[in-house]
Amino acid sequence: MLRLPTFRYLRPESVEQAVAWRTDGGPEAAFVAGGTDLYPNMKRRQQTPPIVIGLGRIPELRGISGDSDTGARVGATTTLTRVCEDPFLVEHYPEVSRAARTISTPLLRNMGTIGGNVLLDTRCNYYDQTYEWRRSIDFCMKKEGTICWVAPSSPRCWAVQSSDLVPLLCAIGGSVRLVSPRGERELAFRDLYRDDGIDYLNKQPDELLTDLRLPARDGWRATYWKLRRREAFDFPVLGVAACLRLDGDVVREAHLYLGGVGSWPIEATGACDVLVGRRLDEETIQAAAAQAYRPAKPLDNTDFHMTWRKHMVRRYVEGALRELSGDGAAPRD
Amino acid sequence: MATSENGAPRELKVIGHPLRKVDARAKVTGQTRFADDLTLPRMLHAKLLRSTEAHARIVRIDTSAAEAMPGVRAILTGDVLPEPFGILPVSQDEHTLCIDKVRFVGDPVVAVAAIDEDTAEEAVRRIVVEYEPLKHVASIDDGLAPCSDADRIHDYGTHDNVHKYVNLEFGDVEQSFEEADLVQEDSFYFEGNTHLPMEQHAALAAFDPDGKLTLWSSTQTPHYVHRALAKVLAPLPASHIRVIACPNGGGFGGKSDPFNHEIAVAKLSMITGRPVKICLTREEVFYCHRGRHPVLMWVKTGFKKDGSMTGMHFRSYLDGGAYGSYGVASTFYTGALQTVTYPVPRYKFQGARVFTNKPPCGPKRGHGTPQPRFALEVHLDKVAHRLGLDPAQMRLDHLVPPNSLTANYLRVGSMGLGACIEKVVEGSAWKERYGKLPEGHGLGLACGSYLSGAGLPIYWNRMPHSGVQLKLDRSGGVACFCGSTDIGQGSDSVLAYVVAEVLGIDPFAIRVVTADTDLTPVDLGSYSSRVTLMTGNAALQAAERARELLAQAVAKKLEVPAVRLTFAEGRVFDVEDAERGMTFAEAVQAAEAKFGTIGTVGSYAPPASAGKFKGAGVGPSPAYSYTAIVAETFVDPETGIVEVPRIWCAHDAGKCINPALVIGQIEGGVYMGLGEALMEEMTYRGNRNVVHHHPSMLEYKSPTTHEMCDVISYVIEDPDPNGPFGAKEVGQGPLLPVMPAVANAVFDAVGVRVDEVPVTPEKVLRALQAKARGRDPRTGPTRLPEVAWRPPMRVPPPWEGGTGEALPREGVEVTK
Repeated sequence: MLRLPTFRYLRPESVEQAVAWRTDGGPEAAFVAGGTDLYPNMKRRQQTPPIVIGLGRIPELRGISGDSDTGARVGATTTLTRVCEDPFLVEHYPEVSRAARTISTPLLRNMGTIGGNVLLDTRCNYYDQTYEWRRSIDFCMKKEGTICWVAPSSPRCWAVQSSDLVPLLCAIGGSVRLVSPRGERELAFRDLYRDDGIDYLNKQPDELLTDLRLPARDGWRATYWKLRRREAFDFPVLGVAACLRLDGDVVREAHLYLGGVGSWPIEATGACDVLVGRRLDEETIQAAAAQAYRPAKPLDNTDFHMTWRKHMVRRYVEGALRELSGDGAAPRD
Repeated sequence: MATSENGAPRELKVIGHPLRKVDARAKVTGQTRFADDLTLPRMLHAKLLRSTEAHARIVRIDTSAAEAMPGVRAILTGDVLPEPFGILPVSQDEHTLCIDKVRFVGDPVVAVAAIDEDTAEEAVRRIVVEYEPLKHVASIDDGLAPCSDADRIHDYGTHDNVHKYVNLEFGDVEQSFEEADLVQEDSFYFEGNTHLPMEQHAALAAFDPDGKLTLWSSTQTPHYVHRALAKVLAPLPASHIRVIACPNGGGFGGKSDPFNHEIAVAKLSMITGRPVKICLTREEVFYCHRGRHPVLMWVKTGFKKDGSMTGMHFRSYLDGGAYGSYGVASTFYTGALQTVTYPVPRYKFQGARVFTNKPPCGPKRGHGTPQPRFALEVHLDKVAHRLGLDPAQMRLDHLVPPNSLTANYLRVGSMGLGACIEKVVEGSAWKERYGKLPEGHGLGLACGSYLSGAGLPIYWNRMPHSGVQLKLDRSGGVACFCGSTDIGQGSDSVLAYVVAEVLGIDPFAIRVVTADTDLTPVDLGSYSSRVTLMTGNAALQAAERARELLAQAVAKKLEVPAVRLTFAEGRVFDVEDAERGMTFAEAVQAAEAKFGTIGTVGSYAPPASAGKFKGAGVGPSPAYSYTAIVAETFVDPETGIVEVPRIWCAHDAGKCINPALVIGQIEGGVYMGLGEALMEEMTYRGNRNVVHHHPSMLEYKSPTTHEMCDVISYVIEDPDPNGPFGAKEVGQGPLLPVMPAVANAVFDAVGVRVDEVPVTPEKVLRALQAKARGRDPRTGPTRLPEVAWRPPMRVPPPWEGGTGEALPREGVEVTK
């Protein structure tokens, strides 16, 4: 079995303490919630924080509150299983519960948290490998190396945004609360991510994500479609999130985000432009899908052939929009 | 068929009943002790430093920083163990640790023993190895290309990086094509894949102060590991080495070779005088590999209008990886079993295996035969379409007859394929549904056959392939000793069932001791589906001999003729007067009083092969199993995604020793085949130092229960005279037809051919797009490499006056 590197484990009991200890711990200290992302990465030496600050003992980070009229708050260490099963979320934010159900396996959802999921490290077949494997290719720029093996002539890292909740939360327009020694701030989901495989968050390392805010349920409808090899547990190689406001059958507002086909959730603005102001019929859906796949940039660093993944963007956008138009079925869980 | 002593059929009490396995409770309650569960006092932990280069000369190894670490107890490098080993006598090309060069990313270079795993791992990281890279070979094409002596992966083999050529011709196939109404040519590619056992390989070695070495290991072949240890660790005598195979948490062929880590921990234990254990990481299991060879294939067959064959010419090109392993046998197997299902009057086979800088390929469930079976069954499906014949009926009309000899001198005994086809045709409502389902929905049929044990051992000898000893105790206890290894298939249970049936006792009262080279007679190992047939026969012989001794003693004591005695319900009694008898324990006591200590032995060796030519050793078996499968698919024409909701599988197992275990093997084989059919790929980045794409269980895609289809199993019982109670194999055969059945069903669903395994959505969609543009609706290989074959060995088939001997060789052939 792969061995974890040795590290100091701290268990703060309040947000204030967690943030203070993080600052004391220096730049390499890391927060951990469920650990389903961090610990495997540590075993592979992708991250080797000498100090790990566990958030499991901070009650204020857990739980769900608010209502659908004004918006809900979900604590960052709320488990994904709770997000899947919580009666309030299932009733008022069913697309969020449904997207959470597509994440990994029941066992990992019992440990994994919603905060951890939205901050999930970007993934790549050249990066999510053991130290020895990565040494065989002289490492890559995301960790210890200088080249992006996916696109060697490119100056940037192309690791892939791989959280299922991120495209959906961007589409419906939630926000996060971040706390640091400098105080706290609220940031829209759409502004949390950057188009870079290494520096993929607009969050400072010492900022602690404490809450997620879901928008008021005021007439929008949304869905998330996920492509992966095995429905039992794979990461997305494409995620399509769509959120629409309809006036009768005319689209008034559209937000379409693509996950798994770039280093950040890609907003399919061309498709949104097609949708707004038109009747959500088959013609519009196909026209939007024809635009939606253009910004997708699947590369040879995930499962499946990249050309096929790009082709699938059209099919999945069509599926998602048909579902929202009432003419198509929801994806299978 | 079981008979009583007077020859009359006897009702079987154990055989044929769905009893639990003798080790089931320990397994389901988590109490079975696998190799990694073992600990010994003062035990050290070992780790291996593996090559980070695909092909390179080792310039320097600096272990000083590791040696200086507290807690490091021994560091082993290749020069200490210069003796090579390998599973086949013709491929002794592996070293415990690489000496002068490395041949793939993952090749072991240094072994470290330390007080705990963390220390060993850290020590490995502190070792510096300087390499001088050599040109690497990443594909079949590369492997067939000429190369300089310096760049050759091995300095043995046929030439350059070609490990082995095979060229066998049984009759003039060119002439047979002239006699045909239709000649069909196809090429196919079968991607490599690996076993993926749940249990990683683990081994624990303990060298004791009296100079004896014990190795516990998760191996399928303790006897061959014993031989390799004796060879490499000489002058340590073989008699001082004991290998104990622990229960395997899955093997599937991946634990059939002697492995570097087994020898390394043995030597480390000898150096330190302390027990040393290693458990490989999942990534290392991928590097051990020995799995399915990637094979490119070409087949040309002549057919008459009725679908009968006039002759077949088959070529296979195998990507062997960095070492020989079973590869020579694998190469022959890609050409051996094409003839045992449908009559092939004339047959030519050419095979080439090349070395490449990848983990070595070897035997995976079906060993070398699933790839050509895929080719053959899809090829036949295409021909049925061209001839306007029903693919099921075409096969039914042309079956190899039972008790016959094939063109390549394989002796077929019982042959239940016709019954298998009829079962799946009926079960799937083939006649009503095939070719008539709505667009996107399809049915596909394919068949297969597999050996019930290789007819020849891996190293040439005239000794038995399997031995069983029985010890009968005056308490009534029976202990059964056999070298066979339970890899989850239930071989320990089979021994108990057979002995219990003969002696009329409860199988759960028998103590089964297996897979221990000190305590048990040799059995060659759990490979080639040989165990039930061979150990079953050995156990049957030993048990019958024991019954004979007991019968003589009881007959005397009861004053009843021995032929009138029966053994049942834990008693020995007069069939004509059931009251007249005694308990089994009393019977043993009577025998012990009469003969002394009661122990019997049984052994088994397969019948001699009919072929006498060089290469005739691969393919013969005491009995062949047969399988027919119908797969149902749904293909989404928009995405190319293939779903397989249901598979009907009928398997001719001769006779079930335990029907529950037979069905378990059928379902397991279908599951593994489904993974190969749809997604599994053992692939490498040739342009990135030939690293494995994804040596992890997350990214190496294999189906989960969620992707698993429904399986409707039928067991055909057509007892074979060579099998114990008529039993044939079931461990490997049911896998074979899955891949071609799925590919054929995709064709029925959407009218495109994917002549490649796995059948991925991307390939299906490409073929659909080609179809939409009016091009050849197919994805598959479009060219074959050029090979300068050695002249063929010509062996006239039996019906052309052949005797099984080869004619003198002549000429050279070049093919493109």
